[in-house]
Amino acid sequence: MSETAAPPAVPAPADAGKVETPFHRFCRDFAESRVATAALAVLAAIILLALFAPWVAPTDPYDLASVSILDSKLKPGSQSMDGLTYWLGTDGAGRDLVSAIIYGLRISLGVGVMSGVFALCIGTAVGLAAAYFGGRIDTFIMRVVDIQLSFPAILIALILLAILGKGVDKITIALVIAQWAYYARTVRASALVERNKEYIEAAQCLALGHNRIVFRHLFPNCLPPLIVVGTIQTAHAISLEATLSFLGVGLPISEPSLGLLISNGFDFMLSGLYWISFFPGVALLVTIVSINLVGDQLRDVLNPRLQK
Amino acid sequence: MTVFIIRRLMQSLAVVLVMSFIVFGGVNIVGDPVEMMVSDEATQEEREKVIRSMGLDKPWYVQYGRFVAGALEGNLGKSFVYGEPALEIIIHRIPATFELALAALLLAIVIGIPLGVYAGLKPDTVASKSIMAGSILGFSLPTFWVGLMFIMVFAVILGWLPSTGRGDTVPLLGIDVSFLTLDGLAHLFLPALNLALFKISLVIRLARAGTREVVHQDYIKFARAKGLTNSRVVLVHLMKNIMIPVVTVLGLEFGGLIAFSVVTESVFAWPGMGKLIIDSIQSLDRPVIVAYLMIIVLIFVIINLVVDVLYSILDPRVRLSEMKS
Amino acid sequence: MTDGAPTLQVDNLETHFFTKDGVAKAVDGVSFTVNRGEIMGLVGESGSGKSVTGFSILGLVDPPGRVVGGRVLFQGTDLLTLDPEGLRQLRGNRIAMIFQDPMMTLNPVLRVDTQMIETVRAHDSSVSADDARARARDALGQVGIPSPDERLKAYPHQFSGGMRQRVAIAIALLNKPDLIIADEPTTALDVTIQGQILYEAQKLCRETGTALIWITHDLAVIAGLADQISVMYAGRIVEQGMLDEVLDRPAHPYTQGLLGSVPGHNTRGKRLYQIPGMTPSLLNLPKGCAFKERCPHVDLACEAAPEITHPLPGRAVRCVHPQLNAGGRAS
Repeated sequence: MSETAAPPAVPAPADAGKVETPFHRFCRDFAESRVATAALAVLAAIILLALFAPWVAPTDPYDLASVSILDSKLKPGSQSMDGLTYWLGTDGAGRDLVSAIIYGLRISLGVGVMSGVFALCIGTAVGLAAAYFGGRIDTFIMRVVDIQLSFPAILIALILLAILGKGVDKITIALVIAQWAYYARTVRASALVERNKEYIEAAQCLALGHNRIVFRHLFPNCLPPLIVVGTIQTAHAISLEATLSFLGVGLPISEPSLGLLISNGFDFMLSGLYWISFFPGVALLVTIVSINLVGDQLRDVLNPRLQK
Repeated sequence: MTVFIIRRLMQSLAVVLVMSFIVFGGVNIVGDPVEMMVSDEATQEEREKVIRSMGLDKPWYVQYGRFVAGALEGNLGKSFVYGEPALEIIIHRIPATFELALAALLLAIVIGIPLGVYAGLKPDTVASKSIMAGSILGFSLPTFWVGLMFIMVFAVILGWLPSTGRGDTVPLLGIDVSFLTLDGLAHLFLPALNLALFKISLVIRLARAGTREVVHQDYIKFARAKGLTNSRVVLVHLMKNIMIPVVTVLGLEFGGLIAFSVVTESVFAWPGMGKLIIDSIQSLDRPVIVAYLMIIVLIFVIINLVVDVLYSILDPRVRLSEMKS
Repeated sequence: MTDGAPTLQVDNLETHFFTKDGVAKAVDGVSFTVNRGEIMGLVGESGSGKSVTGFSILGLVDPPGRVVGGRVLFQGTDLLTLDPEGLRQLRGNRIAMIFQDPMMTLNPVLRVDTQMIETVRAHDSSVSADDARARARDALGQVGIPSPDERLKAYPHQFSGGMRQRVAIAIALLNKPDLIIADEPTTALDVTIQGQILYEAQKLCRETGTALIWITHDLAVIAGLADQISVMYAGRIVEQGMLDEVLDRPAHPYTQGLLGSVPGHNTRGKRLYQIPGMTPSLLNLPKGCAFKERCPHVDLACEAAPEITHPLPGRAVRCVHPQLNAGGRAS
């Protein structure tokens, strides 16, 4: 206990017997980078905004009753007819951009996180299977993974959307298929390292079931790289969804994600109404950058090779 | 060396064949193109005539067999929309896309390598830290939004550069190119920079990491001990070593450039195959989609092959071990 | 060339490394002189500062290291005040260096001829590529590489370690330098190849008047080669003198220890001497004499930093208790 250097000047009795858990050390290591901590705070704020959009947003941009076409294309900071201030202006239909962005975040984050979770589950299962069973199964799975990874994710998503059409479910499926291979490769690599350690052999000697060995022994050791890849890939998924929606092959008009908001503003931009595309883009950028910064720091903290 | 190339060729062929099956099978599920070709008032007889003329009445394996046989002859069907052979339409658009991708590749090298090498040689300067921060941003910025911002700043607000189209083109070896005319260059610059942005960040990181590693090697110190000028040490001894990973990755990324040109071409209305595929997806122009995907697969397979061979030429150590095997 | 001036005179050289944990005085007041055609052995354990001394002379110390004081007079010119371009023109031309690990010194992606020709042309751009190639071929022949014409077109990985070191030596010889600094060039090589290289190095100095600084941790190598010897410990020279005299009558306890730990023909069956303790960290040197914690003769006088004394003619010793009666092998 005394090895974990608590300031000796404050011998708080409540702390007595408290051992620094790995989680505490993880938090302390993470907090070493001020940039990453700030990014985490921003990310938390964005997630809260998205979760509580209906309560946080000044107006409901998709409630036809509260949107007035007379308020359309107002500059940032303008007043509405009934005295409301549009801090970021309004779009072509007279919606408040602040509200539209908050609702857009909700959809963008939702699609990104959902596809990330599914891709993670599928990729992990496949990767673990490849590493655990080895042999032909491994060769076959990794050949498929290699071939898929030799094509950019955007191309695969594009092909799938060409087949499936638009929709939240469809773009989620496309993103999952476009991304599972990254998870599979990551999990397999770290599971292979673990698999060759003696404790797995010991577990096999004890005749523990496949499931138990894989999920209780192999899987927990693959978590750190998985968390890092998951973070970065989620940012990637959000960016990809925005891109595809912008191209008009992702989400339908009824699900206005940030990408669709930007797309809507494109036509107005050429006539100088920059804010309709600009601010949703900034929101997208801030989201992606903060996720990436958090992911970078996670990589540094969780990488055992970098630990002192 | 020859054995090595032949083995790679066989692998590539297998990939193309598998992909042709997946692409054809997948695209066959796309919505009913007959609906688009035939007006609502058409009689059943007229509809069936159209279906027959497009071969859509046959079972899928017959369609696939015809498709492969046709593909081998360079015939991938006629576009439902344009009424011309799909392959021809795409091949006609390829030069524009390749010109854009090559220009972006060039920009990535010309901008990325000097910045990355500088950041690697002097890692603690403010300039280096800004370069690295910029590269993180470059990884995070969504390409299409940056494209929009380019148009807003350089075309709308400043009015310096045009925002859409290819501009004047001149034929070079029978292919129309933009980069030989001033107007064409002006049209090419913004899209190429937009497409290059991600790769610039990538090259900066690779070049910096390579430089940091190579600069501490004994052979660099030995080169300085030989009395070589700084520029020769950096430009020859250091660069030749860091170019190996950079060229490999960039070569592989060339396919990524062509894939991402879908986005840039849509933003800047650049008349390449990327814009064509988006248009075709929206109009369910099945032969064009299939032809595009097959050509993209072919391009990727060829790129991977070329990179492998290039890599072995650049790195004598690889060449040796490949020759032995 | 200034006649009469020694080829190299190093005065009070100081090279410090400014690390996060403090300043490491890797070279702390080193002085020596090497004359034309002379071979000096610079001996010390790893971390004693001998390699850094070599790099300091050429101005090749990498950050966080920096030469902070002293003079390095090469044929009368102070290299520390010379501009970078002037220094570059001397490097590889008048002063050449050979590195320790032959596997790492040659650039793996450039052909041997490229790496040799550029060395010639960096100092005399008027030499044609063909002439430079001819010189490269002669240099390869000089160091005993068979069929040099063919070997010129090869890449470094096609050579064995010994052959690579010969190539590196050939590169050092290309411009017929006045001084060669060899940093443990034979450590990584087989004993037989080591012998050949030593023989050729000695022959070269005698024939051409090239001065040679041979940096090593191995006294046995120096014994058959050098004219004079400087022993370094913790960044300082602790003993200096003519080779035979120092080997016969080492005055510093550290030199005695080093000699005692070399197996010799008359030590068979005896237990080899071992210097007790470890090399101290340069960041945390003991006060006074740096060697005191390992020295059998330590007393209170060693708490003060020892100055250089000359207890014997032509001998410099940094010790308050120079051992003048001891024999060549530690008792």
